[in-house]
Amino acid sequence: MMKKKFGSLVLVGSLMASLLFSACTSGGSTSTTSSTGSTGTAATATTASAGVIKVGVVNNPPSESGYREANVKDMEAVFSTANGYELKTAYSLKNDEQLQAAQGFITEGVDYLLISAAETTGWDEVLKKAQEAGIKVYLFDRMIDVDEGLYEAAVVSDMSAEGDTAVNWLLSQNLPEYNVIHIQGAMGSDAQIGRTGALQAQFDAGKMNCVVQQTATWDEAEAKKIVESVINSGDAFNVIYAENDGMAKGAVAALDEAGITHGVNGDVIVMGFDCNKWALRELKAGAWNYDGQCSPFQAQIISDLIQGKTSTSTKKIINEEKGFDAKTITDADIDTYGLGE
Amino acid sequence: MNNENENFLTGIKKFFKKIFKGGLGQLTIPVIAIALLVVFNIIRDPSFFSIAIQHNNDGNIVLAGNLISIINGASELAVLAMGMTLVTAACGGQDISVGAMAAIAGSAFVKVLKSASVINAPIVLLGFLMACLVAVIFASFNGTLVSVFKIQPMIATLILYTCGRSIAYWINGGATPTVSSPIISGIGSFIPGIPIPTPVLIVIAVAIIFKLVFHFTSLELFTQSVGINGSAARLNGINSTFIKLLSFMILGLCVAVAGTIGVSRLGLINHETLLLDVEMDTILAVAIGGNSLGGGKFKISGSIIGAYVIQMLTITLYAMKVSSTDVKAYKAIVIIILVVIGSPVIKAKFEKLMTHMKNRKKVSVKGAQ
Repeated sequence: MMKKKFGSLVLVGSLMASLLFSACTSGGSTSTTSSTGSTGTAATATTASAGVIKVGVVNNPPSESGYREANVKDMEAVFSTANGYELKTAYSLKNDEQLQAAQGFITEGVDYLLISAAETTGWDEVLKKAQEAGIKVYLFDRMIDVDEGLYEAAVVSDMSAEGDTAVNWLLSQNLPEYNVIHIQGAMGSDAQIGRTGALQAQFDAGKMNCVVQQTATWDEAEAKKIVESVINSGDAFNVIYAENDGMAKGAVAALDEAGITHGVNGDVIVMGFDCNKWALRELKAGAWNYDGQCSPFQAQIISDLIQGKTSTSTKKIINEEKGFDAKTITDADIDTYGLGE
Repeated sequence: MNNENENFLTGIKKFFKKIFKGGLGQLTIPVIAIALLVVFNIIRDPSFFSIAIQHNNDGNIVLAGNLISIINGASELAVLAMGMTLVTAACGGQDISVGAMAAIAGSAFVKVLKSASVINAPIVLLGFLMACLVAVIFASFNGTLVSVFKIQPMIATLILYTCGRSIAYWINGGATPTVSSPIISGIGSFIPGIPIPTPVLIVIAVAIIFKLVFHFTSLELFTQSVGINGSAARLNGINSTFIKLLSFMILGLCVAVAGTIGVSRLGLINHETLLLDVEMDTILAVAIGGNSLGGGKFKISGSIIGAYVIQMLTITLYAMKVSSTDVKAYKAIVIIILVVIGSPVIKAKFEKLMTHMKNRKKVSVKGAQ
């Protein structure tokens, strides 16, 4: 009997430990940090407006992805004390926690509420409350299913535009024929759908030849295996279209081992996505040809709207997608647009 | 000529007789599986196993081809399978956190390399030792839960399975750090002058170390006796708690090796994808190798062959241009068949059938007389 009790105690203990661990790591905790210490520092602000502008940002945690990390950093850089803002942030992957955080910001009395929602539904009540309190709402990165009147503007990415930009670049290379190895991301994810669409259209129209189309679910090692199997089969190819940087790196490793040249002046064109700094350096070195990006930089656009520097006639603002060519990329581009270190 | 042919035929007959009589013991199933895959591939595409000698982009002469891809690609799996076999035998359960632990070990490895100004051999060695230390600590955590607190291995290791990759994220402190150095590519792909991929050599080295340890210590015997009956082993003076903990620590070392290989292949650590889902493949390798997942007797060589069976299956399906989303389903079908054939029930039925046929033969021979 004693033994049994002890066993169940241990079990409960271990479960709680695992819960604790997973809770910490999923970024479930909602932390509210203020970037300004006191109003004293705000006095040094350069803006002409009366006092500081209080901005509350509800976002996904930076640990979600390299994209989110850059997004969070960008928000912190633009809505800084030096720019005349007081920034409050809340990070969570869970919609209900995000709603609570937004509620908290409304109670605290922020001037602007910026939201990248975990889910598209459930936001009506909170946004109505914000409107009643006179708080202006901007959406970024992700849309929410609510009446357009409840928010000022939404700055979002168009995933299919990202694929279009990349494929148009590829078409502009005027290759005599296109034999493409297409390595896809996790099937069904937004990024995969957006990056696959444009290329699939070319396959369907017969303008490009699909040598192989496989998903490596963002796994670098899997991408290498896929390219290796194509090389071993002896099929000819001259383009690798990998839907993120890691998979492009895996593909290039397979080419290197097989002694196939790639990049600028190489036999095979290498295309990646995300624009990690290390990937852009590969680009600059001429080992890759193209890197596309779903831009995580929305803060400046919103800041300009808040300060009245720009105005918008439509509620939905499509953030411009970037794509870099190995022949034209500069070190400044790498510093400005590269993700990570 | 005729005589030679006959000799050859009887040789084959003997070989098959040996296999069907179970002369290879628990290795019967994995050996048959690999033989079937080889035959299938040769019929499908006679050039499947051809090996090419070529220059890679660094100007080294290297071997290439499907066979090399299979042996090279299975390296991490083979190393993990060796460690997992030991844990399975001693504890009668599996560690499902090896993939997450490998991500942690790989991150520790990269962390050390990143903190150095120049990447040279001593730094790489230090990084590897750090990876070993971190992996052994985490593995000991699992091992303590299992051996001291008597928690079922799958539950105990579920904790690290859940949070391991997040710990790796903390160590990395960001997205996907990269390292590039001739030493790293030497570990992950080829050492200049040696045409065989380095990971393959590492697997051979690890296998030899296991063989030596088993030869010079009583670890194999102790592990088996603890696995078969822990309390009986304890009564005979074997510290079963320690043996179980030790098996986890050895698995930790294997995890560090696998993590280091995985990172070195591309010079990149992605905590989300490094050796993703490898724990399931590792357990399968142990099962295909004919080892009882309930503990007890074991054969490391079976698990190694199991690892190559899994990898050969994957590469075969890729070569057939099967969509990688479907690969898992096909893999599952083949593995179900293998595991069912290897199950005690089917084995007993098969043996019964064999003796029955033998008896009938005897009877008919007698009848003729």
